[in-house]
Amino acid sequence: MKLHLKGGRLVDPVSGKDESLDLLIRDGRIEMIGRNLSADSSFRSVDLRGKVIAPGFIDMHVHLREPGFEHKETIETGCAAAAAGGFTAVCCMPNTNPAIDDESVATYVREKGKSVCDGLVDVYPIGAVTKGRAGAELAPMAELVQAGAVGFSDDGSPVASAEIMRRALEYSSMYGIPIIQHAEESTLTQDGCMNEGFVATRLGMPGIPSVAEELMVVRDIILLRYIPKARYHVAHISTANALDHVRRARKEGLDVTCEATPHHFTLTDEAVSGFDTNTKMNPPLRTADDVAALKEGLRDGTIEVIATDHAPHTIDEKDVEYTQAPFGIVGLETVVGLSLTELVDAKIITLYQLVEKLSTNPRKILSLPPIKIAEGEPANLTLVDPVVEWTVDLAAFHSKSRNSPFHGRRLKGRAIGILNNGSVRLS
Amino acid sequence: MKKTRLIDAEGFRRTINRLAHEVVERHTGAEGVAIVGIRTRGEYVAQRLAKIVEEISARKVPVGILDITLYRDDLRGRLDQPQLKSTNILFDVTGKVIVLVDDVLFTGRTIRAALNALTDLGRPALIELLVLIDRGHRELPIKADFIGKSVPTSLKQQIKVMMSETDGEDGVYLADPDEDGKEVSA
Amino acid sequence: MKLKSRHLLGLEGMTKEELRLILDTAVSFREILDRPIKKVPPLQGKTVVNLFFESSTRTRISFELAERRLSADVVSFSTAASSVSKGETLKDTARNIEAMKIDMVVIRHAAPGSAHFLSRVVDANVINAGDGGHEHPTQGLLDMYTLREKFGSLEGLRVCIVGDITHSRVARSNIYGLTTMGAKVSVCGPETLIPREIERLGVKVYHHLEDVIPEVDVLNVLRIQLERQKSGLFPSLREYHRFFGVTKEKVSRAPKPITIMHPGPINRDVELSADLADGEHSVILQQVTNGVAVRMAVLYLLGT
Repeated sequence: MKLHLKGGRLVDPVSGKDESLDLLIRDGRIEMIGRNLSADSSFRSVDLRGKVIAPGFIDMHVHLREPGFEHKETIETGCAAAAAGGFTAVCCMPNTNPAIDDESVATYVREKGKSVCDGLVDVYPIGAVTKGRAGAELAPMAELVQAGAVGFSDDGSPVASAEIMRRALEYSSMYGIPIIQHAEESTLTQDGCMNEGFVATRLGMPGIPSVAEELMVVRDIILLRYIPKARYHVAHISTANALDHVRRARKEGLDVTCEATPHHFTLTDEAVSGFDTNTKMNPPLRTADDVAALKEGLRDGTIEVIATDHAPHTIDEKDVEYTQAPFGIVGLETVVGLSLTELVDAKIITLYQLVEKLSTNPRKILSLPPIKIAEGEPANLTLVDPVVEWTVDLAAFHSKSRNSPFHGRRLKGRAIGILNNGSVRLS
Repeated sequence: MKKTRLIDAEGFRRTINRLAHEVVERHTGAEGVAIVGIRTRGEYVAQRLAKIVEEISARKVPVGILDITLYRDDLRGRLDQPQLKSTNILFDVTGKVIVLVDDVLFTGRTIRAALNALTDLGRPALIELLVLIDRGHRELPIKADFIGKSVPTSLKQQIKVMMSETDGEDGVYLADPDEDGKEVSA
Repeated sequence: MKLKSRHLLGLEGMTKEELRLILDTAVSFREILDRPIKKVPPLQGKTVVNLFFESSTRTRISFELAERRLSADVVSFSTAASSVSKGETLKDTARNIEAMKIDMVVIRHAAPGSAHFLSRVVDANVINAGDGGHEHPTQGLLDMYTLREKFGSLEGLRVCIVGDITHSRVARSNIYGLTTMGAKVSVCGPETLIPREIERLGVKVYHHLEDVIPEVDVLNVLRIQLERQKSGLFPSLREYHRFFGVTKEKVSRAPKPITIMHPGPINRDVELSADLADGEHSVILQQVTNGVAVRMAVLYLLGT
């Protein structure tokens, strides 16, 4: 496969480049980079004027459901959704069945990823912190690292025990791999199913208070201060107060990072008013103040990563009473559009910063090698049209599931293609 | 729209007066008679009628108001829901001679509904129908016992009964629709 | 005039005119309840299904009576008698029932929003008979009806709802309906049972009955559920009764008699003393009678 990418704007935080350049790609490698390159007719020419070439995007927080819940999503359909959404890599959370808490499951997930979608999407497992994600005993972290785990998390549940969290931070620090916390003090959340506050009061719905997230983040930061060698990452941060604690801890020099999801910086708990179960996720949609705080965090760099928490559920699972519905929504196929619309077009962050948050920063946090866009290097690229307007259509999703609150939403900008491991997908 | 006056205020008064005399005459001194008017204009006709019947017969005549909304056969599929009002009949209808009063007798459907509504309240000895205007075009086998005036009409025409209680004047008009066929409200 | 929605899911968002239409219509039905023959024909040929996923004998009987008095065909079922216990979802149950060609569904369910959910999956008119802690619109309406009957108008009427506000659908429907009609609504209960930011619904919050009693015309006393004590929201029923129970002694300090309401069933001498419940200023039984009239009005307005 030979490609001539013509006239695209190369946005590359690794080299610091942000300029219009042509790329010649041959057999998955970048053969040449330069202005107005010419190529013979054996190269397929792709007109990228007005489009963006970026290092391949990675979503460090997805649930691909395999093994165990293949009716919701498989590694194959999840990778197809990732590819369609502009991602060349995803990190799979370990709440599968069995959980990714030993070498064999981690290896299975990684190898399965290589075998699907022409290898377009690298699948990195996140190992469980505790065996069976039960919160009682540490999972074999060293083995998991060897099998390719790039982070540890009991996501879906918090690491509730302070003792276990302490040991997990200590143990993982030997490998420079972060503990990714689903920050929730569960004794405060009980049967809650949306943000506790005015809207929940109006709807008579059991609430999840913002302090539940804040408390856990604070506890973990205090532990981290005690174990400063460790690395700690807050998954799907959703509250202004928790974010403040992260900001202060970072100033203090602690290795704390965090991610925000598109739904948390786009929607508020007002969206729950119609009882659409596609507005039910954990952490829940918060208030307008929280959304403003997340945007500020994205702007000032406290939030280094945008991740989706892609959580597929079938229509039957979601089409039930609100309190009975499972938490979570899919996100892989809308994140780039939502981020461009809500953040870049709205002048909260620049396109350059967006590429950092979708590619370079998460790779750094997970200790993955940086993607080099240079002659001779493998082509791991995401192509973006930052201005095209389109309407989200659930029916067109590649994911096996359709649980998104964004159906029918008008967005500005989307991913238009990816290149990785010698394969190409152009839409 | 062309409007012809059929009865003026004076004629209105005389018509009700005559009807009252007929009622008293038929029921020797209005013995056991109660008058029930169908909302809305039948109610006012009933009240006026009762007053005169009482004067002639020197007897107290109970008056009630019947709301037939719940008994209408065209409740469903209407764009605008008729406002439901109360039936207000404070006497027992059982055993009474009920003079059922309405302003205009047309298809007979209102009277059908009224009869059902009345019999749900009890078992009158006799029910008679009194109307100010009979305009024909019956769709049910119903006929009035006392008629103020019979007016032959076409289906396109409208009878408008005006009463000072609601319309500021007493009178009955026959209205022809415009030549361009513009609808006139009932 | 007609109601805007073809369902009655809640009183939140309904206009003054709509609420007034329902209450005015209910007046006509209230009159029918005093007749020897209490049946009228407007829902003849219509089928109403009462879906009760939570037991509530009173509300179900009230709805059934209302439906039958409008001449509807009525089928009722509650969880025990249905296949819901066999793992069938609400959606399946609803679709199945609808396949039997029904016109209206009355639903009582423990999940907030379940009536909204149902209205999305079936074509029939849906009437919410209580969805978790969210709304119980017909209860709100019958409370408003009862107060309007007694006081002539709701404008400026001072009503305090006493008890577990957090979990109360009755409280919410009362708050939405009464505030729309211009009443002054307050709530009184332990802080653990007052939901956050409720002031934003236009109500005043009290924690001490002695503060609120001099300020109101009506106390609407809610039933306290024992399970709230078990989940740690208040220490004991004895303490609840002492500090939040409405008693003759406490209301006797009011400058003028206070009207007592309760949605039932009453825990006598827990949230409300028996002498007040049965006393001359109690309108609890009127509430029950008016409930039938209000439900007839709603069924009539939605079903014809």
